[in-house]
Amino acid sequence: MVADISSRAKVIARLRVGDIGFRWLTKGAAIGVLLILGGVMTSLVIGSLPALREFGFDFLLTQRWNPVTEKFGALAPIYGTLVTSFIAMLIAVPVGLLIATFLTELCPMWLRRPIGIAIELLAGIPSIIYGIWGLFVFAPFLQDTLQPFLISAFSNVPVLSALFEGPPYGIGMLTASLILAIMVLPFITSISRDVFDAVPPVLKEAAYGIGCTTWEVVRYVVLPYTRVGVIGGVMLGLGRALGETMAVTFVIGNAHKVSASLIAPGTTISATIANEFTEAVGDLYTSSLIALGLILFGITFIVLAIARYMLLRIERRIG
Amino acid sequence: MTSAKSSSLYSGRRRRNVIMMALSIGATLFGLGWLVLVLGALLWEGFSGLSLAVFTEMTPPPGSAGGLLNPIVGSLILTVLAVIIGTPIGMLAGTYMAEYGRYDKLSSVVRFINDILLSAPSIVVGLFIYEVMVYPMGHFSGYAGAVALAVIVMPVVVRTTEDMLILVPNQLREAAAAIGMPRAFVIGKVCYRAAKAGMVTGVLLAVARISGETAPLLFTALNNQFFSTNLNAPMASLPTVIFQFALSPYKEWQQLAWSGALIITFTVLALSIGARALAASSKQS
Repeated sequence: MVADISSRAKVIARLRVGDIGFRWLTKGAAIGVLLILGGVMTSLVIGSLPALREFGFDFLLTQRWNPVTEKFGALAPIYGTLVTSFIAMLIAVPVGLLIATFLTELCPMWLRRPIGIAIELLAGIPSIIYGIWGLFVFAPFLQDTLQPFLISAFSNVPVLSALFEGPPYGIGMLTASLILAIMVLPFITSISRDVFDAVPPVLKEAAYGIGCTTWEVVRYVVLPYTRVGVIGGVMLGLGRALGETMAVTFVIGNAHKVSASLIAPGTTISATIANEFTEAVGDLYTSSLIALGLILFGITFIVLAIARYMLLRIERRIG
Repeated sequence: MTSAKSSSLYSGRRRRNVIMMALSIGATLFGLGWLVLVLGALLWEGFSGLSLAVFTEMTPPPGSAGGLLNPIVGSLILTVLAVIIGTPIGMLAGTYMAEYGRYDKLSSVVRFINDILLSAPSIVVGLFIYEVMVYPMGHFSGYAGAVALAVIVMPVVVRTTEDMLILVPNQLREAAAAIGMPRAFVIGKVCYRAAKAGMVTGVLLAVARISGETAPLLFTALNNQFFSTNLNAPMASLPTVIFQFALSPYKEWQQLAWSGALIITFTVLALSIGARALAASSKQS
């Protein structure tokens, strides 16, 4: 009897240890996730110190990128990243919102799921596939059609002629922007569709009841109600576009030059790193590339943080 | 007079509506058109070079025929290893956030950070692993590639584990606790079982995500022209081989790049459709 009780106590004690141990294990893993992000930041900062010390603030403002004389400046990649992402969003945001409108207001019920799934499959295709497609199919196509057209159409228009100046290479900033637009389109579409779907039907019915057209319902009821969520989705897409590497690397042309022409080859932060990192010799070269990574991480971190904050706000209101 | 004016106002509104709705249909066709164009080109170019040799022969030197056996094996090894490393950490962290600290400060911070990691540029992960593993070790290695992929797997698993465990009804936990089960057992024997399908879905999605990842492998596993299962040495993988071959001037290499792209896309699509089917079937039961 006594033995029975003591063995029972032992079992309970063992369970207790296991229980506490499991709790700490899970907590440790959760803290581990934080540590990894901290590690990413710390390692990037430490890695980029030599370059930042050497070039200082000039690193952000100069265009030169010369591995031979070891003079590096990040202006061209930063410019390329911002411009390609901006053009991509200019195309993807209206198209994405229109698709979301179609899916939530016009599309017959039986067609909604298949189209939704197809758009999400577009999001699942790895970026290297877009890259190889862009290089072999899309860029030659643009070289033969869109680019000569843009060059000749705007050759006599003062500002626009500078935007479309030079020979049609096929590859370049414009091609990269268009591929980025295709890639972020599914993200914007699926988030906009989700938040559009969450608008209370009563609001829309009331608007239809006083005689609004479908477009007026979307424009004056759905969009204002979901504004925060849509902005969150757009920011999430922007975060993707800024950090996108492989698809851009294939078609951007990798030229360290800030040029006004959109059809000229350029480079982005991620494409520069992908193209040059394994071939970089010397600490300063490597360190400059890591500093580029730090800048990219900083920009995307801010954009993604805003996205999350916005999406959290709409979740709270709807949820 | 007023009726004419109001009817012209009405027809203007109608016209605007028709234009916008036509545009939204056009936008949808535009979006789906890209899917057709990309997949179409991929099928066309990929299938024309697909043969048994692709799966049985090594990557060739420039200008001769060969296959993709070593990158396929390399990709499989790296992916499996990444899942083995990343999944347990992700599941445990997700468990903490859903079961122990659902409302505490740590969980909300981890949730925020995890969401950022989920969409952070993967090339930065490659740089990070280069700094902490490749540089100290002095050479590129399969281990470093696997760890880089694991860093990408982890946030996906954290997210789905947490979401799925939160869906488990509290009555199940209370019933298990009422018969005297310790908390760890409640989680292990009750919650995990109830959330199993969802958690497996998460792992499948994570595998789909990393099977096409190229950027983090470029400076970690690098590439290897020869067959190698040595994890302490550079290792070939499908995405990096595609990157190298597609940008080369050799016809044979470009053809192999297309075939490799087709293989990856099919794997990814199969995984994401499988994950979707699994999630749908578990919702019904």
